Amino acid sequence: MRRGRRWRVVVFVIAAIYFLVPLVAAGEFSLRKPGGYGFANYLAIATDPVLLDALLVSLEIAVVTAVLVLVLVIPTAVWVRLRLPAVAGLLESATILPIVVPPVVMAAGIAFVQANLDAPVFRSLFSSSISALTPFYVVLALPFAYRAIDNGLAAIPLRTLVEAARNLGAGWASALLRVVLPAIRSAVLGSAFLTLALVLGEIVIARILLYTDTFPIAVVDVGRSVAGVSVALTLASLLLTWVLLLAVSFAGSRRARSNA
Amino acid sequence: MTSLLEQPAAPTETVRPARNRRAALGLLPFAAYLLVFLGGPLYFVVTGALTDSGGRPTFANVLASVTEPQYRLAFASSLLLSAVTALIGAVFGVFLAQAVITSRPGSPLRRIVSTASGVLAYFGGVPLAFAFIGALGQTGLATIFLRGIGIDLYAAGFRIDSLTGLGLTYVYFQIPLMVILITPALEGLLPQWREAAENLGASAWSYWRHIALPVLAPALGGATLVLFGNAFAAYATALALTSGSIPLVTTSIASALSGNVLANQQNVGLALGLDMVVVIGIVMVGYLLLQRRAAKWTAR
Repeated sequence: MRRGRRWRVVVFVIAAIYFLVPLVAAGEFSLRKPGGYGFANYLAIATDPVLLDALLVSLEIAVVTAVLVLVLVIPTAVWVRLRLPAVAGLLESATILPIVVPPVVMAAGIAFVQANLDAPVFRSLFSSSISALTPFYVVLALPFAYRAIDNGLAAIPLRTLVEAARNLGAGWASALLRVVLPAIRSAVLGSAFLTLALVLGEIVIARILLYTDTFPIAVVDVGRSVAGVSVALTLASLLLTWVLLLAVSFAGSRRARSNA
Repeated sequence: MTSLLEQPAAPTETVRPARNRRAALGLLPFAAYLLVFLGGPLYFVVTGALTDSGGRPTFANVLASVTEPQYRLAFASSLLLSAVTALIGAVFGVFLAQAVITSRPGSPLRRIVSTASGVLAYFGGVPLAFAFIGALGQTGLATIFLRGIGIDLYAAGFRIDSLTGLGLTYVYFQIPLMVILITPALEGLLPQWREAAENLGASAWSYWRHIALPVLAPALGGATLVLFGNAFAAYATALALTSGSIPLVTTSIASALSGNVLANQQNVGLALGLDMVVVIGIVMVGYLLLQRRAAKWTAR
């Protein structure tokens, strides 16, 4: 047992050095200002209207994306667990697809449609960055969201809950919304925040399709003149998402203990 | 021994085929969405790759994408980078995941690692490149610190915008992804197996060598393949770190698409995309086969 503890300490120390050093370096860089250290770079978000507008656009995309992801994933994951356990493995493999299909290839296909097809349906799809990017960000967010929701479902007595609700006269929709959803709310919040992290970091598709009004693109563009602002804002969005996820994780466990 | 282990798990529920077919309709929205918004773009990549700029069918683009020296170089460095970072990420990821699992459940350390994995697996791209330049660039914090204790990385030939520097950066998002992918499989190792092995006099090493690793092998292989695909698909990190000085397939696609070279370049870009889809397809088939084997051990 003591030997077992020692290798764990070694692993954690190596991981901590490897993962923290770049973050600390980025933090140090973001705090630099002429003649010392300060928070000037972080305050750019409040003073630069371009950045602020871009943040609002990206938050809007993030909210719509998260809602669409949850609407697609929760009923499907519940249905597979209750009715189609045989295809669970297949579906899990299908959600791997968006991890391995390169965003740049997806972007190439979308750009082809954007340039060559001119039906009204395409014209309205490409009319704004929100309508054009959201559907594809949903695809990118699916694998992690499916995993998170499915893990959440594995931890609750799903069949018992749904059958009890159905026996008491609830329809499928209300069993999902009023029984299952509250039981997995930390998994739901977790996948919503992962979606936020994705939307605040995605630049490949937005760049190739020339939608330059999203937050990550604006942050990179501002970095061409003031690199410190760029580093400060990406670091801030990373930390924000992580703190949100950590809060959900602690809140979820407190509830589980009080329910037990 | 093998016959006992290979017995299929009892089905959790027996459903008549007719009901099963009706139940499959419940998958329709999810499947339709993936078909339209993932399958759609891929369809246009394939058709665009197989036509010329006037819309006539041709193989010239695909031929150009695999024969022209600049693209062959791009494929060589992309494949090397993906393979090496997938292997390194997989090995360290397994150790980290196992260290997390065997720590006290619900401990803050465990929460920090598992939530951070979620965020860092997405932390690719430009911010990651910035962070590494800040740490290991010419004037980076770690570079200066190491020089202070007598290790001069840049005198030894290291550069952050080299293939090595790029690989070091890729591992940063490969390890967290491995932790996410492999944790369920590690949790599936039943404690009874270890106890039985120990009662029969097995050491920790022989337990891993003869029981845990063979059971985990398909899951490990599958996760490593996903890591390979993940690195193969990455683009923004490479662009920000090397500003295109190291040709990768993804950066070649992007520069062909921007179409500032030749008129027909766009279709060659799509042909490169098609090549990538073929590589990814091979990876996925391997993953599916391994997943089928891995599922034998998970009691659903």
